Amino acid sequence: MAETAQPRPMDAHTQDSATRRDFLQIAATALTGIGAAIAVWPLIDSMNAAQDTLAAGAPLDVDISHLQPGQQIVVLWRSKPIFIVNRSAAELQTLQEPQVAGLLRDPQSEVEQQPPYAQNWHRSIKPGLLVLVGICTHLGCIPEFKPAPGGDLGAAWPGGYFCPCHGSRYDLAGRVFSGVPAPYNLPVPPYTFISDAVVRIGENPPGSSFDLDSVVQL
Amino acid sequence: MTGPGNQSQSKLVRWIDHRLPIFTFMQHELHDYPTPRNLSYWWNFGSLAGIMLVIMIVTGIFLAMQYTPYSPLAFDSVERIMRDVNYGWLMRYIHMNGASFFFMVVYIHIFRGLYYGSYKEPRELLWMLGVVILLLMMATAFMGYVLPWGQMSFWGATVITNLFSAIPVVGHAIVAWLWGGFAVANPTLNRFYSLHYLLPFVIVGVVVLHLVALHQHGSNNPLGIDRKGPQDSIPFHPYYTIKDMFGLSVLLIVYALFVFYMPNALGDTQNYVQANPLQTPPEIVPEWYFLPFYAILRSVPDILFIPAKLAGVLCLFGAIGVLFVLPWLDTSRVRSARFRPVYKWVFWLLVADVVALGICGAHRPEGWYITTGRIATLYYFIHFIVLLPVIGWLERPLPLPTSISAAVTRKGGAALAGAAPSMEKH
Repeated sequence: MAETAQPRPMDAHTQDSATRRDFLQIAATALTGIGAAIAVWPLIDSMNAAQDTLAAGAPLDVDISHLQPGQQIVVLWRSKPIFIVNRSAAELQTLQEPQVAGLLRDPQSEVEQQPPYAQNWHRSIKPGLLVLVGICTHLGCIPEFKPAPGGDLGAAWPGGYFCPCHGSRYDLAGRVFSGVPAPYNLPVPPYTFISDAVVRIGENPPGSSFDLDSVVQL
Repeated sequence: MTGPGNQSQSKLVRWIDHRLPIFTFMQHELHDYPTPRNLSYWWNFGSLAGIMLVIMIVTGIFLAMQYTPYSPLAFDSVERIMRDVNYGWLMRYIHMNGASFFFMVVYIHIFRGLYYGSYKEPRELLWMLGVVILLLMMATAFMGYVLPWGQMSFWGATVITNLFSAIPVVGHAIVAWLWGGFAVANPTLNRFYSLHYLLPFVIVGVVVLHLVALHQHGSNNPLGIDRKGPQDSIPFHPYYTIKDMFGLSVLLIVYALFVFYMPNALGDTQNYVQANPLQTPPEIVPEWYFLPFYAILRSVPDILFIPAKLAGVLCLFGAIGVLFVLPWLDTSRVRSARFRPVYKWVFWLLVADVVALGICGAHRPEGWYITTGRIATLYYFIHFIVLLPVIGWLERPLPLPTSISAAVTRKGGAALAGAAPSMEKH
């Protein structure tokens, strides 16, 4: 091997001066590295949500004209159950009672679990109509709708949501009770009213911006 | 560059190497590995094939994340990859054209071996492992082609699986077993998907054996003579790593031209029509890399008591099988065709014959194509079974150079300038 090896131009130079070969080697290695990184990107990006998946996550229009007071409907948006409730006047009254607020961990909705336009006592745009992401903030189960006060949930139960998995409780504004495993209120998704009869899930009212991904716990 | 693991400057490298000698191994097999100093660009195609295998596995793994192996959804899931998945079109076109380029590279690699006698003692097992890789590649490519569930996928699968019905007595039971039903259908698609994912890794395993066998005696070379000492070798790195990188660059440029500018040039448009079990396409043609074998399959007539269908299947498998015993069919002890004045021409006749078979395979078996196909099929087998042994006995080879270095350096090259045109610059 040694006998046939060509004399290398590098040997002719002192060690501290960079040779043309050094430059070529560094340039070639750098370019190969950049090329490899560029080649890897399409593979990684292909694992991101595809265009049809994103399109399927577009805002969803829901007709609420037939929603009776006290009734809840559940729709699916971005693979998440969305609770839509037409709360009665009595139920809205309950939300404002001090003894109910005393049961809650975050009665003023201070933790960012809702858009700014729903950070109020009723956690909604219109007081009557509640829109929630129906996923328990504990471990992701779907809470049951238990609007009637009292019953087997105890005399103090004001009406709200009960998670069957680990017993977390929320009131009819999706505010979490103290002393239950769930740490935060149920998230409110961005939504807006197209008309009195149609609510659009996934789009903010004009002039406001809110991304559901920005909530503390989904 | 890393020095030999056990004397590396890095303490960590030395620590690892003392327990798991991977650095010594790499130094030995990739860096120092003595390689004939006269390898031409024809010797690039082994490493190029290895790189194609990696490209196919990587793109394949990502495509598998998006593909649905369920017959009602398979076609649409491929269209979704093309339209909706980020860079899905790119991954699929790389994978799809990659099959063609993989076969192109491997076919050149095989013909290189045929020309320079790389299959001869002591490299018989190296060669046979290569034939195993070819068989596995053919199975993998065939099953991969079925996955998009287009018309050609479906009817190709029907035709090829039906080959096995030619086997006497148990043929139909075997075909039903292959299908998992009464015809090519969802169960077939499912098992093909499973095997299409498995076989590339089996290929990787056989490639490792292929490399172990290669490194046992080292590469053959254009002169076909053994290395006689260190003056005949150069270290693999950097001399052949850089040469392989150059070859890779050229390959990738051509490959990219296809992927980006004519991605469907090598495919059949029929495969963009969803599989329809009630309608056979006017012509069922396999991908180009199977055409010579397809021609053999269709050309063979009834032979004595063997019906044409069975005879065709036997010849199809025989065309590969004959490669297994090639090291013992070629009776010449001279490896390189450079020193075999008769074989040199017969080799090119074989190349022309395989091209002719490919052309016949691409056309309906009518008129001229039947005759040509039959002659070419017959010649293919005559080449291996008759010509190779006979030429080996009768041919008078040219005098071999005394050593590689004598032949390719200025000192010793003059005497052999005519016999061994030097492609190497020293």
